[in-house]
Amino acid sequence: MQPIAIRDVSLNYDTPGGKVQGVTNVSIDIDASEFVCIVGPSGCGKSTLLNIIAGFLAPATGQISIGGKPVTGHGMDRGVVFQDFAQLFPWRTALGNVSFGLEMKGVANPERDRIAREQLRLVKLEKFTDSFPHHLSGGMQQRVAIARALAYNPSVLLMDEPFAALDAMTRDDMQRLLADVWKETRKTVIYVTHNVAEAVYLADRVVVMSAHPGTVKTVMKIDLPRPRDPLSVEFLDCQKELMGHLGHNTNGAAH
Amino acid sequence: MTNNQQRTRSMIRGGLSLLVAAAFYEAVARSGLFPAVLLPTIPTIVSTLIDMLADGTMFEHAFFTLYRVLFGFVLAVIVGLPLGILMARFPRVEHFFLPLISALMPIPSFALIPLFMLWFGIGNVTTVLIVFYAATFPMAFNTWSGVRSVNPIWLRAAGAMGADENSLFWKVIIPGASPFIITGMRQAFLRAWIGVVGAEMIAASDWGLGWVIFDAKEFLNADVMLAALVVIGFIGFVFERLVFGSLERATVQRWGMVRVAKG
Ligand SMILES: Nc1ncnc2c1ncn2[C@@H]1O[C@H](COP(=O)(O)OP(=O)(O)OP(=O)(O)O)[C@@H](O)[C@H]1O
Ligand SMILES: [Mg+2]
Repeated sequence: MQPIAIRDVSLNYDTPGGKVQGVTNVSIDIDASEFVCIVGPSGCGKSTLLNIIAGFLAPATGQISIGGKPVTGHGMDRGVVFQDFAQLFPWRTALGNVSFGLEMKGVANPERDRIAREQLRLVKLEKFTDSFPHHLSGGMQQRVAIARALAYNPSVLLMDEPFAALDAMTRDDMQRLLADVWKETRKTVIYVTHNVAEAVYLADRVVVMSAHPGTVKTVMKIDLPRPRDPLSVEFLDCQKELMGHLGHNTNGAAH
Repeated sequence: MTNNQQRTRSMIRGGLSLLVAAAFYEAVARSGLFPAVLLPTIPTIVSTLIDMLADGTMFEHAFFTLYRVLFGFVLAVIVGLPLGILMARFPRVEHFFLPLISALMPIPSFALIPLFMLWFGIGNVTTVLIVFYAATFPMAFNTWSGVRSVNPIWLRAAGAMGADENSLFWKVIIPGASPFIITGMRQAFLRAWIGVVGAEMIAASDWGLGWVIFDAKEFLNADVMLAALVVIGFIGFVFERLVFGSLERATVQRWGMVRVAKG
């Protein structure tokens, strides 16, 4: 559970068609154990920013530090969950997938197995420890991916639209589950989403990004008590306010 | 259960088509259109086969052929697999070997038999080398394709979990490329099996299934030739369906990395 400091981070992509702006001058401070959502229009640089924090991309300018230590590449202080269901290793069972990070860390077997099972219980998949990913539904696969990212006990969890490809009902269940998991583990979470209701449901603070240039537009604090009720008036007010920041019509339809 | 039922049904269907083909052959053989020496009936072939199995000669021939093919095949895997991986990981290796493989792979191994005989004489060295030649390129080529097709998200995920180069290689790249690696082995074995029989015809001195066939022509022993062909077909079938089939079922099919044809 470490604080994260993001300072003046910029990155441009070099493409055959010229330079494409990824993110421009992004600065965010995130407290330890805080849940931060990043929302913004498509192409504004949310994934780019997350990949920089994860250490997959090096920023052109600026720096990021986690718990005071500067980020120079990927590291085991961060767990990453992608949108793509294919992120799991198909040749490993659910348990094998969750054990991977522990293996890399050198945790030996009775202990490794115990921790991996514990993580699968946390995401309510204890009955599916020996299933291969292709026998699991999309939602279950994403839960395995979350358990896998948590298993080696990183202090930070980075998630890029992990539930975007799920149907609305499954997504609601997954959001509730993630809120529970977060309450129990108290990780610092950075969560990218397109979904306004999802951001209001999960976040302590929502970072709103704008496109052209991809930078922080506003930061909105969500002060609702947890567990949150998506049908309460306060929740809907927050949703409206956030949509306003995003430039949506506030009395119009949700997307 | 349903899987087993499907397998039984496909076996019955396979058996049925073999039976129809055999009946057709038998009808032609018995029609008297061709001399019986040249087109022996199935009972004749079977009795020759049983005789050769009973006195052990067929086993000995099969043993020599298997020895040569497996020797060459294993050698081809030992060379082709790392070569394919190195090609996929290091552009320089790829630039050097890819044109070489593209140029050499289409040359039938048969065409090299006389040359290899000049260089290595008659015997096991030549036959094993022909097998090696036939099998190495498909092995390397498929492995190369497989490693290149490993999903980058697996590498990212593994990297994020602290995998070093060594673990990345053994725990992600090899299993990730396994559908292609198994296909490579299948193709390599098929070419090796074709190659070994051809090489034995010309370049083996007194043992081997290919040699039996070639030797039998001296005495017009069509029944011996056909008996040897049955054994060649049988062993090839066993490897394709049982050995590689089981390997595939135990790995990439179980992992859902290849689609299984239904029915
Ligand atoms: N690998 C890349 N090469 C070149 N340009 C890229 C690359 N990845 C992203 N971009 C560009 O950078 C900008 C930001 O992309 P990014 O994927 O971070 O957006 P995003 O906010 O995650 O979008 P979405 O909500 O659609 O996922 C876009 O204009 C995109 O075209
Ligand atoms: Mg994105």
